[in-house]
Amino acid sequence: MQARFVRLAEQERRPIVLSVDGVAVDAMEGDVLLTVLMLHRGFARISEFGDGPRAGFCMMGACQDCWVWTGSGDRLRACSTAAAEGMDIHTSAPEGLWPIPA
Amino acid sequence: MADPRIVIVGAGPAGTRAAELLVAAGLRPVVIDESPRSGGQIYRRPPPNFTRSHEQLYGTEAGRARAIHATFDAFANKVDYRAETLAWAVKDDRVFVQKAMTVEQIPYDALLLAPGATDRLIPLEGWTRPGCYSLGAAQITLKAQGCAIGQEVVFVGTGPLLYLVAYQYMKAGIAPVAVLDTSSLAQQLRGLPLMVARPEQLIKGAQIVSALRQGGVRVLRGVRPLEVLGDDRSVTGMRFCDAAGHEQELRCTAVGMGYHLRAESQLADLAGCSFEFHPTVRQWLPVIDEMGRSSIRNVYLAGDGVRILGADGAEVAGRLAAIALLSDLGWPIDQAKVRSLQAEMRRHVRFASGIAKAFPWPHEQVAAIPDRTLICRCEAITAGELRASVKDLFSPEVNRAKAFSRVGMGRCQGRFCGPASQEVVAAANGAPIQSAGRIRGQAPVKPLPIGITEETSRG
Repeated sequence: MQARFVRLAEQERRPIVLSVDGVAVDAMEGDVLLTVLMLHRGFARISEFGDGPRAGFCMMGACQDCWVWTGSGDRLRACSTAAAEGMDIHTSAPEGLWPIPA
Repeated sequence: MADPRIVIVGAGPAGTRAAELLVAAGLRPVVIDESPRSGGQIYRRPPPNFTRSHEQLYGTEAGRARAIHATFDAFANKVDYRAETLAWAVKDDRVFVQKAMTVEQIPYDALLLAPGATDRLIPLEGWTRPGCYSLGAAQITLKAQGCAIGQEVVFVGTGPLLYLVAYQYMKAGIAPVAVLDTSSLAQQLRGLPLMVARPEQLIKGAQIVSALRQGGVRVLRGVRPLEVLGDDRSVTGMRFCDAAGHEQELRCTAVGMGYHLRAESQLADLAGCSFEFHPTVRQWLPVIDEMGRSSIRNVYLAGDGVRILGADGAEVAGRLAAIALLSDLGWPIDQAKVRSLQAEMRRHVRFASGIAKAFPWPHEQVAAIPDRTLICRCEAITAGELRASVKDLFSPEVNRAKAFSRVGMGRCQGRFCGPASQEVVAAANGAPIQSAGRIRGQAPVKPLPIGITEETSRG
């Protein structure tokens, strides 16, 4: 996909590397996961209701439209979770968790 | 009461000013804050390793932001501050909170709710496309992350925040493509007589609009937004009807949208507080007296979570509510101070009613949302499906319509579809907006992670 956010300031922070859908991506200490996703991936998750990708909406933990998952299956709100070195983030739920297949 | 247990929810301008007075009275309140750092949303603090100054972050409000942050920091070790903690229910004089994977019940003798607000939205065709954000999101991305939501941004909606965010983007180096305001110039002039209650704010507003124009930003009033254009990968443009009735399209890669704010009143609802309908803002809000006492004996309400007055008004409201709380617990109060705060409060209320007149929630546009447009972002439910719950299944109000259509039942719990749902249901019934009611608060007020465990209750 594509870069969406544009960095305008605060670019002198310590670099970190984390994994998004198995791909190593560069970020900076202090970035939240949604920022990392919007700089590298262009979306946060795919709607379970068949209407395409979502990229977050409210950035303040209210809309729940930026849910992502860790490799071990924990669900995170990307807009309010700080990115950290070595994180393993997935834009789709690990197999067997959610959505529950019909 | 010798050592009353007091819980404050929220550490923004209202919560900070309330806690300050309680600490000064020798009390040690619990302060519950969903954020990692105090300040709330409008004075949101970036992560600790960010270096921009208060002036760069908060512009003309730098002094107020600095004062709120310094005040909180000065008493932080005199309160039981719970950062990154969600208050998700209130029942039987206890607040239920969650932090990471644990939940806890905190009993209280008095509860002061200052949970703030979120953007009030109107569903628009294409508003779920990647690149479309709330105005609040556009501002937080800039303040707390040092980023713009896109390279070419159109801001659409109405209210002071619409212009402020556009101005902040321009100052940060990304001049927006356009500002599209649903309010007309005539409406804005009608709000003037009330808005002169705070002349300094009025002047700031005028300066912002003129700076945007000078910076080459198109500012169009009286528009009717039609569609966020794009594909399933991204926003590519914005289609709207201008004031003359001509359809126009603008190219852009991101859209920021919002129509003032809506109060986060769910916890007040769960505490059993009575609500009343406010016709000027077309919202149901908790009933309070002129101090911030709710209809429930030991529950006090302050800030944008009960009346949308903005950050300055929230500071006054937080102080008044704390004084009421102390007074009810038997502390002596300074009547002259109360009178001066109440006079200040009336000025904020008058200004806010001017804002509501100048930048009205365009309810006729909300009621006319096309059937095919997704009204519920959470579960992709259309306005047509919501209307069917009224027309075919005879829902008289929004909670019945929610049961039938699931609009308001998704993970945002009606925060982003609720205000629009009220208008659509009322219009489909051909009935006044009050008759559609409001979506009732439900616990947990935000989704909790699966697998949380309960810590030993403190009482």
